[in-house]
Formats: sequence, structure tokens, C-alpha cells
Amino acid sequence: MPDTKVIMPQMGESIFEGTLTRWLKNKGDQIERDEPLFEISTDKVDSEIPAPAAGVLKDVLVEEGQTVEINTVVALIGEPGDEAVETAPSQAETTGNGEGSATVRDETPEVAAAPAAKASSASAGAAGVRSSPLVRRIAREHGIDLATISEKGTGVGGRITKRDILSYIEQGGPQKAAPVAPQASPPPPAPAFKGPIERKKMTAMRRSIAEHMVTSRRTSAHVATVFEVDCSAVMKARAILKPEFERSGVKLTVTPFFIQAAVRAIPKFPIVNSSIDGDTIVYKRDINVGIAVALEQGLIVPVVKNADEKNLLGLARSLNDLGERARTKKLKPEEVQDGTFTITNPGNFGGLFGLPIINQPQVAILGLGGIEKRAVVIDDAIAIRPMVYLSLSFDHRSIDGGVADQFMAEIKHTLENWQA
Amino acid sequence: MALTTYLEAIRQGIWEEMASDERVFILGEDVGIYGGAFKVTAGMLEEFGEARVIDTPISESAIVGTAIGAAMMGMRPIAEMQFADFISCAFDQITNFAAKCRYRWGAGIPIVIRGPSGGGVHGGPFHSQNPEMYYVHTPGLKVVCPSTAYDAKGLIKAAIRDPDPVIYFEHKFLYRRIKEELPTEDYTVPIGKAAVRRNGNDISVITYGAMMFLALDAAKELEKEGIDLEVVDLRSLLPYDKEAVLESVKKTNKVILLHEDTRTGGFAGELAATIADEAFEYLDGPIRRITAPDTPVPYSPPLEEFFLPKVSDILRVARDLNAF
Repeated sequence: MPDTKVIMPQMGESIFEGTLTRWLKNKGDQIERDEPLFEISTDKVDSEIPAPAAGVLKDVLVEEGQTVEINTVVALIGEPGDEAVETAPSQAETTGNGEGSATVRDETPEVAAAPAAKASSASAGAAGVRSSPLVRRIAREHGIDLATISEKGTGVGGRITKRDILSYIEQGGPQKAAPVAPQASPPPPAPAFKGPIERKKMTAMRRSIAEHMVTSRRTSAHVATVFEVDCSAVMKARAILKPEFERSGVKLTVTPFFIQAAVRAIPKFPIVNSSIDGDTIVYKRDINVGIAVALEQGLIVPVVKNADEKNLLGLARSLNDLGERARTKKLKPEEVQDGTFTITNPGNFGGLFGLPIINQPQVAILGLGGIEKRAVVIDDAIAIRPMVYLSLSFDHRSIDGGVADQFMAEIKHTLENWQA
Repeated sequence: MALTTYLEAIRQGIWEEMASDERVFILGEDVGIYGGAFKVTAGMLEEFGEARVIDTPISESAIVGTAIGAAMMGMRPIAEMQFADFISCAFDQITNFAAKCRYRWGAGIPIVIRGPSGGGVHGGPFHSQNPEMYYVHTPGLKVVCPSTAYDAKGLIKAAIRDPDPVIYFEHKFLYRRIKEELPTEDYTVPIGKAAVRRNGNDISVITYGAMMFLALDAAKELEKEGIDLEVVDLRSLLPYDKEAVLESVKKTNKVILLHEDTRTGGFAGELAATIADEAFEYLDGPIRRITAPDTPVPYSPPLEEFFLPKVSDILRVARDLNAF
């Protein structure tokens, strides 16, 4: 029996590399089919990958911490009794129709030793960039470094196609290249810090967050508005509903109230649920609300699909489920995709309000501050009320201040007049 | 003006050449009194007489051997195979003798061996094959596969006038399905020249024979999706129009190779190798093949339908390739 090759799976359409974060089995271990074999981290999700076949883990070709392209063989599963292979020819070999570029990214120090020769022989400046022979020729003729336009690829798996490179050239080509595109390569060392330091490689998630945040700042014209909302009605409703929800096995926090207030307001201000494509505004019919969930090592934004079609119980249940699975790394790739609006919760640790960064390609993000009792003036009398600051960061390219404020006023009105 | 069928176009071509050149004659099974199994030679016996329209025994080897001998004596014979499938019975005469005469002692063998090939008519494994590649692999021969009535006539005339052996495969599915208006004056279609049937910018479909029409149907469908196919009809396989193929690939940068013949050793493989070799840096996607699978042609109608390449296959592959 030939060995079964275990490959780095493709965890989503636009994902073409993954970091193997942890082996759950050791070389020589007996494994069952579908038993969790290793953990991976991609720029969208972290997950456990099951063994594709039963047998003995004969060889482990990719070490923990290594980032490899999808379809790279990471391990071999052999028949019980097979000897572990002693030769380790080229650390990792790529199957499938990936082109013959670097299979092992040389950014991981552990693999720099022996197999690095293979990695560094990849075509100049284009390691890991998918293109075609035609595109490479056009790039050469126009002096374009494909790595600088790798994010423009619209082909399968992000491949740079003829159309992509021709439209890049048409738009001015390399001379007018993006002014501030920050590279993943380490920045020139600033005036060196003299004291003792520790250097630590970013995780895939960290890198991805870093990239997304900077991209968003560069893309959108961020403006924020902050509203103060009296949460008395919401707190009252929550107190009434909480025991009822608990009987259905659902923990009720205040977040579902805010989600529901937002999704009720969105149809009146559809621009909030849109994105910008060139000179076109794309209105989305579905309302899919992303909820930022803080994790030990970063954060992830699972999406409640069609949030406007769910009642409070449904929202609370989705929230519990997605939050739990986000923390236990059990989210599926599609559960972090297709959000149309995002809610984040900067008030968790007592922050009054935050000014969040928009989750691209969306155009608005709602920030929930912490709810706390404050003295407020009502009808010329001072009252004590549970108050919250809600902030909305929006993209001024498509949303003007008046619209944003009306949207927020609508949310405020819903929350303050909540009927249990 | 009356429309001429593909079959009638072949008949006219033979007729005109026999009328204008006394050296031309036809021989084969039932070509005389019966007028041919598909009626390609209908009326010829009456017009040209027994000496020039000869019914033969059921022996393809004898038919081709006789034709070769007559050609060496200065005649221009046309040997009909009742079905192209049975041309294999004359394989040795064709490949070892006719194909090699010019190389061995400078003797041209001006024969045409023609017969109906191809499936789609529920003919089963012995009456549906596409045997062109056995001969494409034989230097010294010429192989043509017309798809239109115009080409059917122009190529049979060119084949008859050619100084070397030409294998002429006529697609029986097209016999009465394809009709068009033909010029009244004498014309030929040069052997070795392709025709661009549809100009397009996104993907080239290189094909020949009956598949050409599938490619045009697919192109019509894909046009609605904004995918612009170019359809190149090879018309001749040996020699084939390499310049036309490369020119089209260099224009569209993506290519589908389509034929009814089975996959392994089919003409698509030869084209793919040449394109990879000579136009590699013009490719924006993988070279894709659409062919019949590597099995005999099934007799069962649903199985035969499954076996033959379909418009839906072209749509699927073209969409994939367009997105690549």
C-alpha cells in the first residue's frame, strides 16, 4: 500500500497558505481515520485537521510553526508496521497544480537550514505569487515585480491573470504603484533599543489582523460619532427574559439587544449595509452581522448570517454558539465570511467608548461601551440610570455625518423604548 | 440558390474531377451499381461507366493495393472505404507502401483513400470510430477532416489533385445535417490550412470535424456570459496549420483542444506539446483537452451520448478556464 499523503487543506476560497501550529500526534503514533491530527492557523480561521486515513504516522514533513502553501504534503500515513522513513529529502513537497515556486516559505527560521536552497531558487521576487507564464513574461517586459501586485489577483486562488496585469499597466503600472503599501518584510531597524529584548514571530492571525487594520485605515475615510443611550428598558427586558432564556439553555447578555436594534435600523439606512467597489456602491440584501470576539492571541469576527431574520432568542443562541466555537477554534471558514456590518465591544474592561476600525469591505462598525450607572438629568431632575456610549465608525466616502447620526438615533430610540 | 449538403459536396467534387481528368476513377465496395452505402457515388456508374466506377470484393487491402498500382501507372484513383473503421485492413498497404514510395525511390502515389468516420449515429464500435491518428503518425501521408460542405468539396478536389497519398475522413454525422450554398465555379481548399470559424478574444478552441459545430454552439452560449471564444477549425491534421494555432493562442492566451477521437494519443496531445513548446510564455492558463474517453465507441445510445464530447463539456471547461 502506498502511503497516504496528508496535505495542508484549503480552508477558504482566497486562502492559499496555512501555519501548522501544533501536531496532535507524534511520529510513529497509531491513528484512526478522522482523528484530530494537527492544528492549523490561517488568516481566517484556526482549526483542527482530522487524519484522512487510519494507519501509522510515518513521517512528519512540516514542523510546528511552519507556514506552507495549501496542498503541501505535511505528513505521511503508512500501514501499521511500516518503518518510519529515515530519509528526509526535500522537507515538504507540493502536490496539485501549484506552480513550481517555493514550497517552503523561508520566513520561518527553523527551516532555513537544509531545504532553504529550494525555497530561494524561486523566481525573483515572486516567491509564492500565483500567475501564469504569460503574466510573468508581461511582468518581465514591463519591469513589474509581481510580488507588489499579488493582492490584485482575481483568478482562482488569487492568481494574477492576464486581465489583472494588463489593467495594472493600463492604470499607470509600476511608476504609480501604491504609495504606502507596507511590506510584510521587517521595517528598517529604528534606532536600536539598547536594553535586552525578545523577538517573537507574529502568529498568522496577528499578521492578518495587522494587515487588515492598516489596509482599512488606508482604504476608508474614517469618521466616528458617539451617542449616549439610557439602557433602563433594555436592562428591564433582560431581567425578565433571562430566566426564560436560561430554561432554553441560552445565556442572555445585553449584546443581542444591540444587534437587534442595529438590524432594525439598517433597512431604513441601507447605505450602512453596503460596500464600495470602485465608483459603485454595492448594497447587500442580506444583513450579516459580524461580532468581534476577543481571543487569547488576537480576535476573530464570526458572523451571524441574516441577523434580521432572528428573534432575540435566536440571536442570543447564535452568539453563544459562535463565541464558544471561536474560543475553541471550531469555527468553519464560511462562518467568518460575508459579514455586512460589524459590532465590537470595547467596553468590556470599563472603556467608556472606542473608535473602532472598519472591517473591510464594510463601511460602518458599531462600538459598544460599558454600561454603567450614571447621574443623568431627566425633566430637570437628576436620576440614576444605566448608561452606555455607543460609537459608530463609518466611511465618509459613502456615508455622511447626517445619515450616520440618524442611524444612531434610530438605534438609540429602539433601545430606550424596548418592550420586553 | 440551392443548398448543398456535406455529402452532396463530396459527390460533386469527385464528379467534377472525374469529368475534367480522365485519370481519375473510383473503386470500392458497392460504389457502382448501388451508388455507395451512403450514396456518395450515386449516378457515377451511369455517367462514367464500369471502367471508372469499379465495384470491388470486400477487401480493403485489395482496394488500396489496386489503387496504389494504378497510381504508379499514372492514374488518379479514389479508394472508398465503406466505413473508415475498416481502413485498418489496408494498414500495411497505406503505411508501409503508399506512404514510403516517394521517400524510397521518388515515386509519388497520387491516391485518395476516403471514407465515413465518426460517431453520433448509433453505429456501435465498428462503424463510429475516428481512426485519423494512425495515419497522422505516418510521415508521407496527408490527412484531412473537413467540417463544412465548402471544405468537403474543396478538400476532396485538392486531395485528388495532390501528388501524394491523402487520407480523407468525411464525418458521417455531418453528411446530411450540414447544408450550405456553394460557389458554382471550380475551387479547392488548400491542404494544411486551418480556418478561423469565429473570432474571439478570451479562449481559443482548436478543433476539427463534427466537433467544430459544438464549439460554435458553445461560443453562442458563452457569449451571453461575456466569454468570447475563438474557434479554429484545423481542416487538415497532416500537415496541420501550426501557424494558425499559435497565432490564435498568442491572441487569446488560453486554449481548449477539442476532438471526438479518444484521449490518449489523440491530436490534442500533439497540439498541447507544440503550444507548450512554442507559445509557453503566451499562456495564461493550463492547456485543456476535451475528448472522448479511452474506450471503444459504445453502442448503447445513452452511453454513446456520454462518450462523445458535448456542448456542456465545453461550457464547463471554458468557464473554469476563464476564471483561472
